[in-house]
Amino acid sequence: MPPSSHTPRSAPSDALVSFDNVTKRYGDLVVLDELQIDVAPGEKVAIIGPSGSGKSTLLRLLMTLEPPTDGVIWVDGEPLWHLRKGDALVPANDKHLHQMRMKIGMVFQSFNLFPHMTVLRNVTEAPIHVLGMKKAEAEAEARELLQMVGLEDKIGAYPGQLSGGQQQRVGIARALALQPKVMLFDEPTSALDPELVGEVLGVIRQLAQQGNITMLLVTHEMRFAREIADRVAFFDKGKIVEAGPPEEIFTEPKQERTRKFLKAVLEAG
Amino acid sequence: MTHAQVLAQTTAPPGGTVWDWGFALEILPELLRALVVTVQATVVASVLALSLGLALALLRRSKTVAIRLPVAGFIEFIRSTPLLVHLFFLFYALPRLGITLGAFTAGVIGLGVHYATYTSEVYRAGIEGVAKGQWEAATAVNLSPRRTWTGVILPQAIPAVLPSLGNYIVAMFKETPLLFAITVIEVLGAARIIGTQSFRYLEAFTLVGLLFFLVSYPSVLLLRRLEARLATK
Repeated sequence: MPPSSHTPRSAPSDALVSFDNVTKRYGDLVVLDELQIDVAPGEKVAIIGPSGSGKSTLLRLLMTLEPPTDGVIWVDGEPLWHLRKGDALVPANDKHLHQMRMKIGMVFQSFNLFPHMTVLRNVTEAPIHVLGMKKAEAEAEARELLQMVGLEDKIGAYPGQLSGGQQQRVGIARALALQPKVMLFDEPTSALDPELVGEVLGVIRQLAQQGNITMLLVTHEMRFAREIADRVAFFDKGKIVEAGPPEEIFTEPKQERTRKFLKAVLEAG
Repeated sequence: MTHAQVLAQTTAPPGGTVWDWGFALEILPELLRALVVTVQATVVASVLALSLGLALALLRRSKTVAIRLPVAGFIEFIRSTPLLVHLFFLFYALPRLGITLGAFTAGVIGLGVHYATYTSEVYRAGIEGVAKGQWEAATAVNLSPRRTWTGVILPQAIPAVLPSLGNYIVAMFKETPLLFAITVIEVLGAARIIGTQSFRYLEAFTLVGLLFFLVSYPSVLLLRRLEARLATK
């Protein structure tokens, strides 16, 4: 938990998500190093960079899976891991975290569907037990979401009976069911066989084109990042080396490290 | 009849055979009645072992040290001491502290608590076997801690350890004769009483062994099938 002595700051007025000097350490290992990034409402940010550069950690802190070591994360005008107490920020309690999580949804690299529940129940579980929705209402909405991801015929199946691509599409529907303001995608296609990547990217693309949801996407799919992102952030060693519009980052990166990385991955791909 | 004649009659049955079918059949109903006591004790103690064991497993994971440490200490103490000592303590020592338990109650509590410490370890293994991603997904969809346990973690952890839990129940069933030491007339106790009254231990104890086998073995087979089914799942 970050120390309460951190100098408080008001939320950035126009950003939906804002990392203010956020550091994450595991012992001596610095995973995020005084990270600064603002994400505007509705903005689609692709985060690229080498493995172990802290990309996924950024999402994990934002999903409240792990606390930052230092710094403040702002979501929708409120500190995520803190409570305001007068002029100071104190570590948040479970209730605050629960309220803040309402705004955030996450799609995992390894899907993490609930294997003992049908596809439909995976999607209705949170609306029923978190939002207190009636079962019939939750199921009607879940059917719509599953139709959107092209799986309305798999409603009664269990995750184990689905392909990876289908599982990930259920994962997207499950996250959307809580109507988050921000969607986090943590390498959503990295665990998939190559022929299944397209169907998942298709769903994410569709979501991005619908417009108003804010997206943070950690990915190794450079072409996809370029296509859907408003902004691309290149991460290395816990810091954002450079960020900008996709055309700029992919065609004329300013930093040597970005150039090297892109050269390596684009040649490999 | 002289004393020697009586003795000869009881030790060497007519017809020269050692085993007396007639006597075995005659005592069978009484043994079956006592087996009911054995089964009742097993069932009640199982409910206690399975529910208290789960509670202990959950409490042992508590964030509060003042809960976690005493629970861990209790589990280790019970596991490191003989069941028979627990039974004697509950039945013979507790009355001195103003708590008097009936023999059956004391026996069931002793068995149930003793085996709860074993099942708590089984539950713990089951809980630790649930993938970390399941906890993270539960957090990501904002389930409450309670719902995370009841809706996500336990429904995966418990089926995985059902065979192990079942094995402990069978083991407990086989330990119920210890209750005779605190005067519960379960099946071994009944056989022993028949033996001392008739001097015919052979039929009585053989039947006890058979009765235990007839209950235990099918249960074990059933558990193996369950285990195989879970393994293929």
